[in-house]
Amino acid sequence: MPTPSSDPTEQAKKSGDADKGVPLKTVPLRHPGRLVSGAILLVLGAMLINSLAFSTVTRNGKSQHRFQWDIVSHYLFSGRVVRGLEVTLELTALAMGIGIVLGIILAVMRLSPNPVLTTVSWVYLWFFRGTPVLVQLLFWYNIAYVFPQFTLGVPFGPSFVTIDLNTVPVFLIAGIGLGLNEGAYMAEIVRAGIISVDEGQVEAAQSVGMRRLQTLRLVVLPQAMRLIIPPTGNEIISMLKTSSLAYAIGLTELLGSVVLIYSANYETIPLLMVASIWYLAVTSVLTVGQYFIERRYSRGAARPRVPWIWRKLGQNLRYIRPPHDAPSPVGGS
Amino acid sequence: MTGQIEGSHNDMVRAEGVHKSFGRVESLKGIDLTVQAGEVLCIIGPSGSGKSTLLRCINHLEKIDAGSLYVDGELVGYSRRGDRLYELRDREVCKSRSAIGMVFQRFNLFPHMKVLNNVTIGPIRVRGVPAEEAKAQARLLLTRVGLADKMDAYPNELSGGQQQRVAIARALAMEPKLMLFDEPTSALDPELVGDVLAVMQDLAQEGRTMVVVTHEMGFARQVADAVVFMDAGVVVESGPPDQVLGNPHHARTRAFLSKVL
Repeated sequence: MPTPSSDPTEQAKKSGDADKGVPLKTVPLRHPGRLVSGAILLVLGAMLINSLAFSTVTRNGKSQHRFQWDIVSHYLFSGRVVRGLEVTLELTALAMGIGIVLGIILAVMRLSPNPVLTTVSWVYLWFFRGTPVLVQLLFWYNIAYVFPQFTLGVPFGPSFVTIDLNTVPVFLIAGIGLGLNEGAYMAEIVRAGIISVDEGQVEAAQSVGMRRLQTLRLVVLPQAMRLIIPPTGNEIISMLKTSSLAYAIGLTELLGSVVLIYSANYETIPLLMVASIWYLAVTSVLTVGQYFIERRYSRGAARPRVPWIWRKLGQNLRYIRPPHDAPSPVGGS
Repeated sequence: MTGQIEGSHNDMVRAEGVHKSFGRVESLKGIDLTVQAGEVLCIIGPSGSGKSTLLRCINHLEKIDAGSLYVDGELVGYSRRGDRLYELRDREVCKSRSAIGMVFQRFNLFPHMKVLNNVTIGPIRVRGVPAEEAKAQARLLLTRVGLADKMDAYPNELSGGQQQRVAIARALAMEPKLMLFDEPTSALDPELVGDVLAVMQDLAQEGRTMVVVTHEMGFARQVADAVVFMDAGVVVESGPPDQVLGNPHHARTRAFLSKVL
C-alpha cells in the first residue's frame, strides 16, 4: 500500500502505474518494538557482565571482586567438589533408572484390564505424589527404626534372605528413595505416551496375532517414546537438582561437598557459585543429549524432524529483523 | 475342539444369530451368514449398519454378546465344553487371529518400522519364522503388490494406496486362511483406489476366502461370489451380486443402491 497522501493526483498516478502492469512491491511490516527491546536487553546484559566480571566491593577494608572468581576457580576442580559431582551423577542415574523402570511398570499396570493391578498402581501414585520427596527421604533414612530388618521368605513361615536395614549405605537409601518417588511421576508420563498411540495400531498388532505384551513392546511403546522422551529429559534435569535433597540425610553429593567446604572457610557465595556452575554444565550436556535422542525417536513421524539447534537459533535471530528479500506472505514478485 | 458342526466343513465363516451391543446401542441384531471356503463375500450397506462390527467380531476384535460365530469350523473366542461356552485365553485368541488377515480402512501400518519390517514382524514374532526366510517372503509379497522399490521406505513416505497395499502384504505374510477387508479403499484418493482393488481382485482369482466391507459396487459386482446388504444391524438381503445389486427384492436395498450407484 502506498503511504497515505493528501495529494489525490499523486495517489492516482501510483495506482495508474499498477494498472499499466508494473508489479507492486511489497514492504515487510516493521517491528520497532523488537529493536527497542533488543537494545534494552543489551544494556542489561552489559550491566550483568560488569557486575559478574569487573565490579569490585569492599569487604573488611579490602577491595575484592564481587563474586571472588579466584576462589571459585580454586575450588571448581578441587578433589572434594569433583567427588561430590560424581556422587550427584551416580545418584541421578540410579534414581532415574529406578524411576523409569518403575514408571513403565506402573503405567502398564494402570492401563491393564486387571482391576487389581490398576488399583495397586493408583494407590502407589496417590501416596508418592501426595507426600513431599524430602519427607520421603527422611522417612527412608529412618526406616530402620520401624523395620530393623527386611526379610524375604514365606509369610509367617521360613525366611530366605534377611537384610539389616541399619547397614544400608546412605547412597542407596537416597537413590532408592528418589527413585520410588520419581516412579510415580514417570508413570504419568509413560501413561500419557501410551494413550496417545492410535487405537488402530493396537488392533493392527492384534490382527497379526501379537499378544498383549508383544503389542506393547513392539508397537505401542516405540511410538509412545516420541511423547515420553521430552518430558523424561525434563525429569532427568529435574532429578539432577532434586538429588541435592540427599544432602539432608547426610550424603556428601555436590551440594553437600561445597557446604562442607564453606562451613569451614565461610566463603559461602563463591562455593555456591561452584555448585551452580557444575549443575548448569551438566544440565547443558543433558539438554544436547536429549535433542539427539528426540531426533532418533521421531523416525517415521508425520511431522518434520527436529531442526538443528543452531539453525533454529539463526531463524530466531533473523525473525527480529526480517531481511528485505524475505518472501512476503502474499507471494510478492 | 468340539466346535465342529455337521455338514459345515466347507464353511469358512458361519454366523448364527450373532448379537453385539455397545452400551445401549444394539449394533448387530441377530446376524446369520455363511462364507464358503474360496468364496468372496462383499458386505454393503449404509454407515452404522453394523458391517464393520460384524467383520471385527469375526476377528474377535469385538466380543459377541449372543449367538455363535465359527471360523473354519471353530468357535471364535470361545471353546465349547458340554453346553457351556468358555472364554478363551489371550494366547489362544491370538493364535486363531494369526490365521485371519485383516486390512483396515486407515491402513494402520506401524509408522516406526520400514515397509519390509511391517511385513516381516508378524511372521518373525508370532509364527517364529527365521528372519531371513521372512524377509525373502516379504520381498515376494511386496513385489506382488507392486512395491518392490519401497521396501526401505517408512510408511509416511508412501501414498495412501501404497500404504494400503503394504497393509495387504502384511496380512498375507501370516499366510491366512481368511482375509477380512474393512472398507479398504474408503480413505483413499479416487485415483489410488484402482491399484488396491486390482490387488484384491488378484487375490480373489487365486481362490482366497475374503470378506470385504466395501462401498465399491463395481468391485462387488465383478469379484464377489455373494453380496450381503446390511441395514440397522440385520442382514436385509443376500445372494449372488447380479441379484442383490441388479434386481434387489427389498425396498431398503433398492433405496440404498439408488443413492450409491
